[in-house]
Amino acid sequence: MAKVIVITSGKGGVGKTTTSAAFAAGLALRGHKTVVIDFDVGLRNLDLVMGCERRVVFDFINVINGDANLNQALIKDKRHDNLFIFPTSQTRDKNALKREGVERVMEELKQQFEYIICDSPAGIEHGAITALYFADSAIIVTNPEVSSVRDSDRIIGILASRSRRAERNEPPVDVQLLLTRYDPARVAKGEMLAVEDVKEILSIPLLGVIPESESVLRASNTGTPVVFDETSPAGRAYLDAVARFLGEQREMRFVKPERRSFFRALFGRA
Amino acid sequence: MGFFRSLFQPRHTSASIAKERLKIVLAHERAGRNAPDFLPLLQKELLAVVGRYVEISDDMIRVTLANSRDTSSLEINIEIEGGKLKTPTGALSAAV
Repeated sequence: MAKVIVITSGKGGVGKTTTSAAFAAGLALRGHKTVVIDFDVGLRNLDLVMGCERRVVFDFINVINGDANLNQALIKDKRHDNLFIFPTSQTRDKNALKREGVERVMEELKQQFEYIICDSPAGIEHGAITALYFADSAIIVTNPEVSSVRDSDRIIGILASRSRRAERNEPPVDVQLLLTRYDPARVAKGEMLAVEDVKEILSIPLLGVIPESESVLRASNTGTPVVFDETSPAGRAYLDAVARFLGEQREMRFVKPERRSFFRALFGRA
Repeated sequence: MGFFRSLFQPRHTSASIAKERLKIVLAHERAGRNAPDFLPLLQKELLAVVGRYVEISDDMIRVTLANSRDTSSLEINIEIEGGKLKTPTGALSAAV
C-alpha cells in the first residue's frame, strides 16, 4: 500500500524543500519507487532544487484540471530510475488546488508509487492544509530556534485536527521530528536549543538531526539532492533519517561538536 | 568533559531562556487550541472586574475549558501578587 508523507513546518525557510528532495532521493536510493510533489502553487521551487526546471512542461494544476494526464506531467529523474518529480504551477489563482482534484490525482499516484512525498508550502493557508490533508505520515522540519519550534507545535496541532485521518476518526497521522541546521558547537556553548530540548518541548519522536552544512547550499546551487553528495555530513544524516523511517536502528550522528585535529586547528581549515 | 562543562557553564544561557519561554507560550497556546471562541473575551471581562478590587495584570489570569466524556468544566485561575488590594472606595468608584 502506497504511503503519503507530508514534509511540513509552518515556518518558511527551515528546509522543507531541501528535505523533500533529499528524502525522496533517499527513498529511491533504497529501492522504493517514489514521487515528490510540489504543493507550493505560485512559488514553484522543487524543480530547481531537483535540477529539472528546464524539463517542466505540464504541472499539478494541469493534471487536476484535466488538461494533461499524469504521465505527461511526471518528470523522471536522470540520476535514479525510482525517482519522479511532480512540479506545481506558477498560477496566482489561490484556489487552483481543489481538494477533489487533488484526491483523484493522489489515488492515481498510489497505483504507481510506493511513497508519495508532499512538499508543503509555509504557513497554515489552503496550500499547506491541502498538502497535509491526505498524509499517512508527517515529517516536521524544525530549526533549533524559538519561532520555528512554536510554528511546528501549531502545525502538529493542525495535523491532529484537520487531516483526513482526523476527520474520519482513523488512526492519527504518524508525526516525526526532523531537526535541521543543527550546530553542535553552538549547542555546547549554550547558544542554541539542544535536540533534547526541542524533543521535550514538542513531545514527538525524533527522526533525525541534520547538521548545518555548507554542502546544502552547494546542492541547491547545482540542483542535486544533498544525499547524492557522499562527502556531505547533511547528506549522510538524511540517509540515516530515511533508514530510520524505514524501520532501521541508526545511532544519531553529528549531534556532538566535531573534534578538530591539531593540524586542522593549526591551519584553520574546517 | 560534559560534567566539567556543566559545572562551568552559566545557568542562564540564551538557549535555556529560549526553552523556558517556549514552554510557557506553548502551554498557553495548547490550552487555547480547542477552546471555544468566547474564552478570550470572558478572560478580558473577568480581568476588568477583578482589576477593580485587586491589582492584576494580563498574565495573572488563566481561563481553560476542560472536556471529559460527559462533563465540561470551566477553570478560572487568578493569581494575586501578595494581596495588593485596592481600597474598597476605589473599587466602588471604579464600579460606578
